Amino acid sequence: MNWGGWQAFWAMGGYGGYVWTAYGTVAAVVIIEALAVRARLARARRGAAHRRRRG
Amino acid sequence: MHATSPSPTGFRLFRYAAPAEFYRLAGRVVPLVALLAAALGVAGLYVGFFVAPTDAQQGEAYRIMFIHVPAAWMGMFIYVVMAFWAALGLVFNTRMSAIMASALAPTGALMSFLALWTGALWGRPAWGTYWDWDARMTSTLILLFLYMGFMALHSAIDDTRRADRAAGVLAIVGVVNVPIIYFSVQWWNSLHQGSSISLGKAPTIAAPMLAAMLIMALAFWAYCIAAALTRARAIVLERERSSEWVRTLFGAAS
Amino acid sequence: MSSALLAVLRRDLLLALRQRGDVLNVLLFFVVVVTMVPLGVGPELNVLRTIGAGAVWVAALLASIVSLARLFAQDHADGTLEQMLLSGQPASIIVIGKVLAHWLVTGAPITLAAIPIAVMFDLHVDAGCTLIAALALGTPALSLLGAVGAALTLGLRGGGVLVTLLVLPLTVPILIFGAGAVDATAGGLAATPYLLLLGGLSLGAAALAPWAIATALRISLE
Repeated sequence: MNWGGWQAFWAMGGYGGYVWTAYGTVAAVVIIEALAVRARLARARRGAAHRRRRG
Repeated sequence: MHATSPSPTGFRLFRYAAPAEFYRLAGRVVPLVALLAAALGVAGLYVGFFVAPTDAQQGEAYRIMFIHVPAAWMGMFIYVVMAFWAALGLVFNTRMSAIMASALAPTGALMSFLALWTGALWGRPAWGTYWDWDARMTSTLILLFLYMGFMALHSAIDDTRRADRAAGVLAIVGVVNVPIIYFSVQWWNSLHQGSSISLGKAPTIAAPMLAAMLIMALAFWAYCIAAALTRARAIVLERERSSEWVRTLFGAAS
Repeated sequence: MSSALLAVLRRDLLLALRQRGDVLNVLLFFVVVVTMVPLGVGPELNVLRTIGAGAVWVAALLASIVSLARLFAQDHADGTLEQMLLSGQPASIIVIGKVLAHWLVTGAPITLAAIPIAVMFDLHVDAGCTLIAALALGTPALSLLGAVGAALTLGLRGGGVLVTLLVLPLTVPILIFGAGAVDATAGGLAATPYLLLLGGLSLGAAALAPWAIATALRISLE
């Protein structure tokens, strides 16, 4: 698929707003979920280590 | 309850019913699966944006399909898997099964939400309206409600075991209902649509479009596995904080 | 086995009779909710005739679910529920007895109350009759599904809101076919397929829900 330049690519034939909002939301949700889940695991690890130190 | 089976065949899988074993195995699996998801995602997006041609009817807007359809599939698939783990947990009384069900729910709900959101953004350019109560979107919305009900029930119950099992029953009741709900919503939509033929969501599928969609579906699947396994590991640690294996594992580290 | 069923049924009906106020409240709730719709939508009869079936069904759904708290809550509070489950009688029988009693004091009165409501929405006689038949066939399934939700949420803080959130999505097929039956009649078509479907849903629920309810009760009472 030859876009004929980045302009055309971002414009998506006039539908750029819809397409990139959709992709942007998916990317955002995926990134946020991934980070949140990893943060939860890190918190759980800290909780476990903390408990161990306190005996 | 640790099942260390000496038998050499299938029962060895029961070993991973022990949270400790699951935690270790999942820890090794997640990075690989996450990498796979990223690779598949890049490949799928490349095919979707640089190989697949413009659609005759919908122009470039149809490219939302490459994330909308996989999200919708994952939303439905995860609910069934969730109900499966819940059923296992009820039948075999294994903690790990219930933990898997709880770990899957938020991911499934997010996928359903993304399906609805991207579906609306696709609907506006494709056939003029953000939301038109078509059968698949309406069913996905109800599915989202089912996910939220599962999570709401689980968090409303303080006792973990009761929460697991009650939510498990709800998931099973839900999964039995889902085909009936889908069938009834399809009927409802076709009836009120009148005789107008609705242009289907998918444009005439050219091979690169299909390929991109399938690759993205695999990418989403891999991602969901990585996310759910990581969440499950976190839940395991949260619940098993005071048990022997956790103390050993983290005592050595600190 | 049938004597246990009759015993539970008689007991619950007696209790409902003594607490007539509660039963009437549910009926009143149904009527009030359904009356809100024309107030919100306007008195244009053409519009009301179109949305009447849907409005009545939504009100019926809400009224059925709202009344479920009583189903197990009272017996749970004074320990009778546990005694019933320990009695040695099959849990399914006890559950069916209680749900049947619930339907007799909720679903059945709602079905009858729909007659004047049908007039309120200017439904044609045929459509009104279909509405009554549909309610009669579909409300048992509502009681059964609602009982699952009530059993799961026994003693929880969430109250009626939580049960409603859990149960409403599951009742979508009943709502769709129940209102669809009336719309079919209004459009000159036969409502029989929808009524058969509703009956089938209620029978299916009667076959499967008791297991879910009994399991849920055991989980909640441990």
